[in-house]
Amino acid sequence: MFRIISGQTLATKIHLFKIEAPAIARKALAGQFVVIRVDERGERIPLTIADWDGKEGSVTVVFMEVGATTFRLALLKAGDFIADFVGPLGIPSHIGKFGTVVCVAGGVGAAPIAPIARALKDKGNKIISILGARNKDLLFWEDKLRGVSHRLIVTTDDGTYGCKGVVTGPLKELLESGEKVDRVIAIGPSIMMKFCAQTTQPFGVKTIVSLNPIMVDGTGMCGCCRISVGGVTKFACVDGPDFDGHQVDWDLLFARQRIYLDEEKRSFEQWQAQMGKRS
Amino acid sequence: MAKLNLNREPMTKQDPKTRGKNFNEVALGYSAEQAKAEASRCIQCPKHSCTDGCPVEIDIPGFIKAVLDDNMPEAVRILKDKNSLPGICGRVCPQETQCEMTCNLAKKGGPIAIGRLERYVADWERVHPRITEQRKGQISFNGKRVAVVGSGPAGLTCAADLAKLGYRVTIFEALHVAGGVLMYGIPEFRLPKIIVQVEVGYVKSLGVEIKLDHVIGKIATVDELLEDGFDAVFLAPGAGAPMFLDIPGENLSGIYSANEFLTRTNLMKAYRFPEYDTPIQVGRRVAVFGAGNVAMDASRCALRLGAEEVYIIYRRSKAEMPARLEERENAEEEGVIFKLLTNPNKFLGDGRGRVKAVELHEMELGEPDASGRPRPIQKPGSEFIMEIDTAIPALGTRPNPIIPSTTKGLELTKWGTVLTDEATGRTSKDRVWCGGDMATGAATVISAMGAGRRAATDIDTWLRNSN
Repeated sequence: MFRIISGQTLATKIHLFKIEAPAIARKALAGQFVVIRVDERGERIPLTIADWDGKEGSVTVVFMEVGATTFRLALLKAGDFIADFVGPLGIPSHIGKFGTVVCVAGGVGAAPIAPIARALKDKGNKIISILGARNKDLLFWEDKLRGVSHRLIVTTDDGTYGCKGVVTGPLKELLESGEKVDRVIAIGPSIMMKFCAQTTQPFGVKTIVSLNPIMVDGTGMCGCCRISVGGVTKFACVDGPDFDGHQVDWDLLFARQRIYLDEEKRSFEQWQAQMGKRS
Repeated sequence: MAKLNLNREPMTKQDPKTRGKNFNEVALGYSAEQAKAEASRCIQCPKHSCTDGCPVEIDIPGFIKAVLDDNMPEAVRILKDKNSLPGICGRVCPQETQCEMTCNLAKKGGPIAIGRLERYVADWERVHPRITEQRKGQISFNGKRVAVVGSGPAGLTCAADLAKLGYRVTIFEALHVAGGVLMYGIPEFRLPKIIVQVEVGYVKSLGVEIKLDHVIGKIATVDELLEDGFDAVFLAPGAGAPMFLDIPGENLSGIYSANEFLTRTNLMKAYRFPEYDTPIQVGRRVAVFGAGNVAMDASRCALRLGAEEVYIIYRRSKAEMPARLEERENAEEEGVIFKLLTNPNKFLGDGRGRVKAVELHEMELGEPDASGRPRPIQKPGSEFIMEIDTAIPALGTRPNPIIPSTTKGLELTKWGTVLTDEATGRTSKDRVWCGGDMATGAATVISAMGAGRRAATDIDTWLRNSN
């Protein structure tokens, strides 16, 4: 059992939990993830590590309420326990000295990109971050990202905050402005990562994306998270989660992320019915 | 001397029609009368050839005599002296190629049903648990600590043996329950999970600590374990990475590795969705590729999950099928359809990323190949299409990369398994032993247990001499 040290609601339906997990906190690196299970009947889901503190022995995760598991998770508070918290899994992000790196975060992607931007900045890279959300209420960690970036651009789809539009707008402008961009890192919804990769491709700028397919064990045992990169099948859990965005077969990823839409709906409806009975 | 009785006492099974729709155990076990009747057939021959056939060298005539004498505590003691997991072995060991094959009565066609008797004794103990309790407190700590990576059959056996010798043992398990393949792989109807947990409980009662949710190679490396006060490390993480057919369309939705299909079903209890959160999809028609025990397990799970037609598709003929005869018969009785001498070319999608059909072709048998079995050859022009909703490649596993890629100085074979001395379990790395599927490639529960036993013996010898 793993104790929730503290919880915080960052934006509409987006929550942060700091979990007591000293052994994981000692080993975690930017870009890695954990697999969690809320309770005995829960499924195993991967969450990217948003922060960690080796001294405090804590690991921070950020998640959005999207289905039965994340809704149930959101009901927990400081002092509560979750059944399982496994990590740090996956290969850490490559933190090299690249020059200028553009970190593009869409929605909840702000959380996992923050430690990567921090590590890259510490390594001496110039960091330009682009933070986008559908609207102002879904934005979070603007300050935190500003703190790890030399420059921050904020966008909202509906223009309620920052520049109106999606993240690929400023990304393209940057690339066209003559700014020498050596690497782009894009983390967020799969569709956003796909369009970021499409935007950078004509400019030939290496673009790393952090993929989040459905997983079960998260240790390379089941192959549920298989994706195709450059025509080769990879397991996101042990070969990734970071991959070259220009090589990813995005349609395959989308299709495999949609496998259980009906079951997820059914599971959520049943959960709602149970909650209704209890209240 | 009494006349030899060659009629094995049959074990009652659930009716095939009913059992194909539930996850309850198929074989129902012996009653006390049946057990004694079977035990009375043993001629107590002086050669103990059955024991020679047992990878963990159980005193088989001894425990059988105790059953016959109504001395069940003694039967338990004899079994557990060599085997910490008798309830599991009694159910899943391939006795027909081990102890029952070397039984003297086997020559005449009616070997003693050793597996069934072993199961009977283990099940008796489960409801009379006094013996294990007495065992606690008798072991004094010898000052040495051993880390065991993985809580499957190899890890549990090695840990139990070392604990009995006075070592302080910690098992690191990657998943959220202990038992490894016994929990995620072998289905409930063949090996009830309560049995596994009772036997895991026995290993814990010997003083073994089990740390769940610990992926070695990630949360700590093997070298860190050795630096952290462990005197030796036994690696038994399982083979742990599924093999696919390597044909076009294999990443379509609806295609599960057998590992994923069984893990969702057994470990995550998808058969109880939505009471349990993890879903699984089977649809109407399922094709399982391969003909080993895992393929049998996957096909029988698919039936129980509601599939109407389940096919085992295998490129060789019945004679070459690697599955145990008993499992094959169980699958057949339940309605699994065997499509032999058939091999897939490619999967076809529905245009939206889901599998819709598989293109197959017929095979014929040629000259023997390297494995000594007739080589299957494709029949020209024999291609045909079979519509399916789900495909499950059950082709075996290859070693998981996490430990090899994070452990310095651990030599591997060309298959990616850890180079291991079979007799001792020693690896190329100082103070590191290995056993089970990670050393041998996919094999059986009992062979993994045998490896755990041999490694425990060698670790003990080595650590005593290193003082």
